[in-house]
Amino acid sequence: MVVKPLTGNYAAAYAAKLSRVKVVAAYPITPQTTIVEKLAQFIEDGEMDAKMIRVESEHSALAAAYGAASGGVRAYTATSSQGLLYMHEMVWWVAGSRIPLVMTIVTRTLGPPWNIWTDHSDIMDQRDSGWLIMMAEHNQEVLDETIKMFKITEDPRVFLPGIVGLDAFILSHTTEPVDIPDQELVDTFLPPRRQPYVFKPGDSLLMGNVPRNLKENMRMREDIHNSLEAAKKVIEEVDEEWGKLTGRRYGGLIECYRCEDASHFIVGMGAWVGDMREAVDSLRTNGIKVGLIKVRYVRPFPREDILKWVVNAKSVIVFDRSVSAGSAGPLFLDVAAHLMAAGIRVPVKNILAGITGLDVTYEDIADAVLKSVAEVEETGKFSRFIEWYYGR
Amino acid sequence: MSEGRVKGKVLPISKPCVGVAGKTGSWRVMRPVYDDSKCVKCRLCWLYCPENAIDLNEEGGPFIKINYDYCKGCGICASVCPKNAITMVPEG
Ligand code: SF4
Ligand code: SF4
Repeated sequence: MVVKPLTGNYAAAYAAKLSRVKVVAAYPITPQTTIVEKLAQFIEDGEMDAKMIRVESEHSALAAAYGAASGGVRAYTATSSQGLLYMHEMVWWVAGSRIPLVMTIVTRTLGPPWNIWTDHSDIMDQRDSGWLIMMAEHNQEVLDETIKMFKITEDPRVFLPGIVGLDAFILSHTTEPVDIPDQELVDTFLPPRRQPYVFKPGDSLLMGNVPRNLKENMRMREDIHNSLEAAKKVIEEVDEEWGKLTGRRYGGLIECYRCEDASHFIVGMGAWVGDMREAVDSLRTNGIKVGLIKVRYVRPFPREDILKWVVNAKSVIVFDRSVSAGSAGPLFLDVAAHLMAAGIRVPVKNILAGITGLDVTYEDIADAVLKSVAEVEETGKFSRFIEWYYGR
Repeated sequence: MSEGRVKGKVLPISKPCVGVAGKTGSWRVMRPVYDDSKCVKCRLCWLYCPENAIDLNEEGGPFIKINYDYCKGCGICASVCPKNAITMVPEG
């Protein structure tokens, strides 16, 4: 164990190395590039026993990693933004064929106009594909969750690929002290690779051929859904195991901050959760009983965990850093739907902020929450369910 | 496709076999018709057929045999044949 100052991108690279990834395939894109640059350096220096496949596009990057993983090795790729969208077709193929694989997404907004700053438009665009999707709050979590993601995705109850997301620049290019576990510790933690089938010479196998039975085809989709539901338990088990080994337990699919006696809840995901913690502290100083639910995994969605906390709440305020244009923010939509389906009638509101990378400070968050809480305390409801927040 | 189940998972995998996707011959609107007298045994039709519907006969007699159960009538064989030994005719 050694504590080193690492950027979020380098934390991801160290995690891939410690997980003994055998094939890395990638195409450069800001702000992801320094992850695979670092991995290329590890390989070149003989510190990592892996093949680096340089390809002509992100579509091919995931296709190559997927091919390697289908052949039975741990494979890894990383991308962002436009590159991720170019890769999107393969994102569905990997999940549909049930091949475990880990990908880092350094979240960056989508054009036009050209813009390299963070929001969650790119990662949330993948949410229906069948991948496990999580967002990290800090660089330590990037490292920890990348290693854990290999174990979770290769568990026979899951057998699906997984995405670890981190916000562009706020994490990707910002240096924080990160505890890098020993190789021996990671080796004990990660079992040899498991996957549902392996393509090998002499043992012919077809994947993805035209289905003759569409009921069976639909069952494949249901099975992906059920395996994501089953992944909830696996995520918790792995979180606990990692916690025992390293002292770092995050709490499974969500992490709560000052929730025990809270009457109003903020829900958020990603790097700005750090600012939300400060906003909660400052609101609490003013006597407002706010709690914070940090969504770590957005797929599978932590329905049960969130409902448990907010069942008797006075209000729920969901912060989204992306929007499903014509409806609302995707986190809000999930939270609102599951509240409604469970018969919980809590006033719930969506604050859309930080989209396209517009800077959001903890004072902004406290300001937006303060006004929302004041309204619900006075009238018992929110006059509008959606608010585009541009700062104070 | 015979859908695979491994460790309880429903998987889109199958074992390769003749006609895994069903009899694609029913898709055909144009039928490749072969004239052995023009054939120079270059094997291009056999190489290019996307359905593997052309078999070679090295033992004498007509050199190629088209399997109409799976030939989907795409016309690639007729197009690549340097001797026009394959002609596409409308299906009856
Ligand atoms: S028409 Fe197409 S499918 Fe049929 S034999 Fe020729 S190349 Fe093959
Ligand atoms: S392409 Fe024409 S000449 Fe060549 S083997 Fe086929 S039918 Fe014969």
